[in-house]
Amino acid sequence: MTQITINAEGMHYTPLNKLIRQAVREGVSEIILDNVMGQRFISDGLIGDVKITINGIPGGDLGMFMKGPTIEVFGNADHALGNTMDDGTIIIHGSSGDATAHSMRGGTVFIRDDIGYRGGIHMKQYEDKRPNLIIGGSARAFLGEYMAGGLVIMFRLHDDTPYAEMGLASGIHGGEIFIRGTVEEWTLGIGSSAREATSEDMEKITPYILEFSKHFNLASSFLLNSSYTRIAPVSSRPFAGKYTWE
Amino acid sequence: MIIGSRPTKFQVAIDNDQCMLCERCIENCSYGVFRRDNEKILINSRNCVACHRCISQCPRDAIIIKERPCDYRSHPVWTAQVKENIFKQAESGKILLGGMGNAAPYPIIFDQLVLDACQITNPSIDPLREPMELRTYIGKKPKKLEFVKNATGDMDLVTEIAPNLKVETPIMIGHMSYGAISLNAQLSLARAVSEVGTFMGTGEGGLHKALHPYQNNMIVQIASGRFGVDVNYLERGAAIEIKIGQGAKPGIGGHLPGEKVCTDVSCTRMIPEGSDAISPAPHHDIYSIEDLKQLVLSLKEATEWNKPVFVKVAAVHNVAAIAAGIARSGADAVVIDGFRGGTGAAPTIFRDHVGIPIETAVAAVDAKLRKQGIRNEVSIIASGGIRQSADVAKVICLGADAVYIGTAALVAMGCRVCGTCYRGLCTWGIATQRPDLVARLNPDEASQNVKNLIDAWTLELAEFMGAAGINSIESLRGNRDRLRGYMLDQSMLDVLDVKTIGA
Repeated sequence: MTQITINAEGMHYTPLNKLIRQAVREGVSEIILDNVMGQRFISDGLIGDVKITINGIPGGDLGMFMKGPTIEVFGNADHALGNTMDDGTIIIHGSSGDATAHSMRGGTVFIRDDIGYRGGIHMKQYEDKRPNLIIGGSARAFLGEYMAGGLVIMFRLHDDTPYAEMGLASGIHGGEIFIRGTVEEWTLGIGSSAREATSEDMEKITPYILEFSKHFNLASSFLLNSSYTRIAPVSSRPFAGKYTWE
Repeated sequence: MIIGSRPTKFQVAIDNDQCMLCERCIENCSYGVFRRDNEKILINSRNCVACHRCISQCPRDAIIIKERPCDYRSHPVWTAQVKENIFKQAESGKILLGGMGNAAPYPIIFDQLVLDACQITNPSIDPLREPMELRTYIGKKPKKLEFVKNATGDMDLVTEIAPNLKVETPIMIGHMSYGAISLNAQLSLARAVSEVGTFMGTGEGGLHKALHPYQNNMIVQIASGRFGVDVNYLERGAAIEIKIGQGAKPGIGGHLPGEKVCTDVSCTRMIPEGSDAISPAPHHDIYSIEDLKQLVLSLKEATEWNKPVFVKVAAVHNVAAIAAGIARSGADAVVIDGFRGGTGAAPTIFRDHVGIPIETAVAAVDAKLRKQGIRNEVSIIASGGIRQSADVAKVICLGADAVYIGTAALVAMGCRVCGTCYRGLCTWGIATQRPDLVARLNPDEASQNVKNLIDAWTLELAEFMGAAGINSIESLRGNRDRLRGYMLDQSMLDVLDVKTIGA
């Protein structure tokens, strides 16, 4: 168990990532990044079993293409966190920007507060690779658009009104979304359908509720005892009936 | 049934005097045209797509296929195609899809450009005797080179050179994914490019493990669906290409239908079997030119700045300004796909009506980048409707560094451009995943055909360059003085920056 601390103050992302890669190659198991301020691409394409703690605010594409590491951010995160991420965990003690978990194919992202527009767009799964996006607060429009697999859970912790953002799960053809409480009928995009979560569904999401509560030091009973809406695709082939041949 | 039957597109006939009832036509036709009835082959012409597989396999030349033997009343506006499209849409209410590239009869600019040759005043060069430099490098070029004298008195280069692809001939093969084409087709192309010393694109379908031995000659694509994309995939490619758009269908995404997502395709793309593979119209992490820069840099960062990153766009009206943005995004090459670019399936309205020809797009992009002093920042790769070596020479004269071919490489493997790729029944084993059909394409033979084609075009390019008194492809690039426009109007000559014949 070796740990190093890097002071990222004023550092460009390329030398910063070089230091991180070098540390991982040398077998460091925990890296603490202090004074992070807007550096993009932290842990981009990084492979390995390492814990990275970020004190500060990372820039866009945090953990993009990443395979394996755990990143915990004490602050907000920017655009496209977890973009096309392969495996690993990202925990954000704050909010994150647009296109959070875009095209993610594996691993889990926990966001304590809110995310921006286009969250979880085109997440996809294959065999044991299943991405999870867990949101404590709420998401803006186009959540889970074109979703092809994986799991999105949104708790809307501080809001009990029905979810009302446009284009929810439009074009969804795989995976499922759980939202605490109800959703306005008009939010549902083309190709998606909603129903109340069953006890079987609750069994499926319980481990994520517990893990979320643990990361952010919250009591899980409220989340476990709430009712949820499940949004899923009508078909795995949403466009099959749209075309005719020349 | 209000509209009723339409005349058959093709009429198939067998000369029974010639036919020896070998049944090869029955075996080879995956569309169900032929069947045996006692001592005769019976024919259902309506199923024929004119792929000519039966003709190619008939030992007696007994098969004849005629196009539109019974046509509609001829009319210059209400053509058979126009009427039949209306019939189909009146019956279905759906979007029309078609295969292969633009099928509308636009004039071809390449055919109205002529090349130059030396006579007396500057001697031509004989490629037999003189070396001809066909090799080129794709990627960023430094504005200037800086050297310092080291302790031993030698000069050391201090300018950092960005990674470039070394291409032995300016002919590469464009992106056709595993899924759109078969694994044997991809294998054949891969072997050909690795033998020639050029490159091919993977398309947005991942990189099948059978292609790993050829990865040093493969450009891996990352498109809006991100299929098959992980660090391992990025690391394997010789270069990475971000696909923003495609000449056959600018502005829209792609849908690989679930029935083409078999076990192997599913594993390479990393999506469940039988599920539609949907690539959204935009990349949802790119909504601006700044976002493009972020994706370019993220790919470079993920691969530790060792790989050139290309950005491919469809040739659209303001392609020059778009390419200037790409050149400033950190990308190493811009790929421009003209409106004649091929595809497995595209809505015909896009295939035939959206975008501009590659000739004008390349000329406009090259001019814009030179004007802004950033032509060295990116290489230009031209694609979409490159049919012969003369097209390669002409588009290089208009400013391209190299070309991608697609359809031409498929034709080299037997494709007859029947345009029925979307049925998944390709009798040539190219645009299909059906194992018995795929097995028809022998990668040993097909790769040789593709290699022969590239070799032949390369020889022709060398001959042409010699005739023009040029011994390096770099000297041909943007060399518009070696082109003249034949019956092109002044505005077109201005865009191409080419003089008219006789001038």
